[in-house]
Amino acid sequence: MSLSHPIDLTQPLKLDLPPSNSSRPDLEPGFNFAYLDESTKRSIRRGLLKAVAIPGHQIPFSSREMPMSYGWGTGGIQVTASVIGQTDVLKVIDQGADDTTNAVNIRRFFQRVCGVETTEHTEQATLIQTRHRIPETPLHAGQIMVYQVPIPEPLRWIEPSEVETSKMHALADYGAMYVRLYEDITAFGQITTAYDYPVMVHGRYMMRPSPIPRFDNPKLHMSPALQLFGAGREKRLYAVPPYTQVKSLDFDDHPFTVETWDNACEFCGSTASYLDEVVINDQGDRLWICSDTDYCQQHRSAQPSQPA
Amino acid sequence: MQPLLVVDTLSKSYGTIQACDRISFDLYPGQVLGIIGESGSGKTTLLHAIAGNLAIDQGRLTYSGSSGTVLELNQIAAGDRRLLMRTEWGFVHQNPRDGLRMYVTAGANIAERLMNVGARHYGNIRTAAAHWLSQVEIPTDRMDDLPSTFSGGMQQRLQLARVLVTQPRLILMDEPTGGLDVSVQARLLDLIRSLVRTFNLSVILVTHDIGVVRLLAHRLIVMQNGNIVESGLTDQVLDDPQHPHTQQLVNSTLMP
Repeated sequence: MSLSHPIDLTQPLKLDLPPSNSSRPDLEPGFNFAYLDESTKRSIRRGLLKAVAIPGHQIPFSSREMPMSYGWGTGGIQVTASVIGQTDVLKVIDQGADDTTNAVNIRRFFQRVCGVETTEHTEQATLIQTRHRIPETPLHAGQIMVYQVPIPEPLRWIEPSEVETSKMHALADYGAMYVRLYEDITAFGQITTAYDYPVMVHGRYMMRPSPIPRFDNPKLHMSPALQLFGAGREKRLYAVPPYTQVKSLDFDDHPFTVETWDNACEFCGSTASYLDEVVINDQGDRLWICSDTDYCQQHRSAQPSQPA
Repeated sequence: MQPLLVVDTLSKSYGTIQACDRISFDLYPGQVLGIIGESGSGKTTLLHAIAGNLAIDQGRLTYSGSSGTVLELNQIAAGDRRLLMRTEWGFVHQNPRDGLRMYVTAGANIAERLMNVGARHYGNIRTAAAHWLSQVEIPTDRMDDLPSTFSGGMQQRLQLARVLVTQPRLILMDEPTGGLDVSVQARLLDLIRSLVRTFNLSVILVTHDIGVVRLLAHRLIVMQNGNIVESGLTDQVLDDPQHPHTQQLVNSTLMP
């Protein structure tokens, strides 16, 4: 046995760690870059690699406690923390908006623990964490979408047993999911599932696209961006790699359709975006506005100003 | 004629309890085989072992598929076994709640089996569901009602329709008339008998009701403590029981 030691114990220990936050006064002291420690981030990235290799398949991961409660995006925030780098430009949206509580707080969290640049413009962002929407502005290659997922299992309300749903995924036994669509048509004459509309990824795995409106489902299909999904409480990761086929479930004689509105956005006049219905007074008057605030702003500024 | 299903020395134990001890029999196309025995004799375990719901300890199950292929059921892939249960085979549970989805409509219950095997045309699925509802004497205007609003007899007939929609060749029935009153029982038995004739079904029928097997079964197996103690033509076994256990079963039945 050799007595020589590879580490010189008389010198301070030098480990190959990323730059510590303590050198930046604008950062919260005492935290590693992006809050999670390096080995945790690595283990999540390993899970993400598996997820990308098997599009739509749920990969278990050791979800950590985060400084927020389950249901507020702990899955998404862990995925973002694992993939974010010093040069990333982060955008966070909640129901399409950049200025709601969830979006503002998650964006500020990453500003404090990473010091990365943030933006509200979809095309400038390299990393977009989202709750319940996909931006209207088309995504481009090199961008990463991170979805916050409450329930990752598409078959959960059809089959409560995890053992059985695992078997159903293994055997691609998805007929039971059509029961829900059948019931919709029988009761309402059309498929009324409005959000979390189940999709088949790459012709193999059934996936919950997180609670995005079905209006956004076509944007998943052959997207040039990498799409990562994280469910913190349920401890699952899954992914749709760039340019992957994503097909929404439907019947031959009741094809998949997206929502349409009779109104245009009150602010920008768009008829192509997903509109929120907002009640504006006690008389029940309402208006329709774009749910994607960034898109609405850009659409408005691109138009010649109207005379008042 | 080639048997539809050959059960060869099938054994299943729960710890030290031998529920099925080297059971062997053949089932031929169009045959209704009754299995009777007192509670705990292993008849339900046998049925679930044949259906693939239970892993068996030893033995072979050989099934002659519709395409002429001979399948060793314990060696085929889990997906193929599952597909078989949904196409050429069917299972009718004693309690309709085990065989139906109670919170979706009757139509959807029938449709599920079609959608499981790939049907994706809503209109065609509806037509098939309506057809099979009428085959089991349920008015088609009840198609969009929940099974929980059905009577016990109707629920049992809905279970039959759900199984029949893929036109199976073999149906496994576990006490199909259990819990029904006698007049409803009689109607259901009458329906099962006519369906068996019309569609040339083979049936394995597990029951403890001797009246049911006398009416439906061509052949009869009597089980006790996991063993077959007597088998033969139904009338022969019931009218001239040889084994003491069979004699006891027949004698303890109230004959009106």
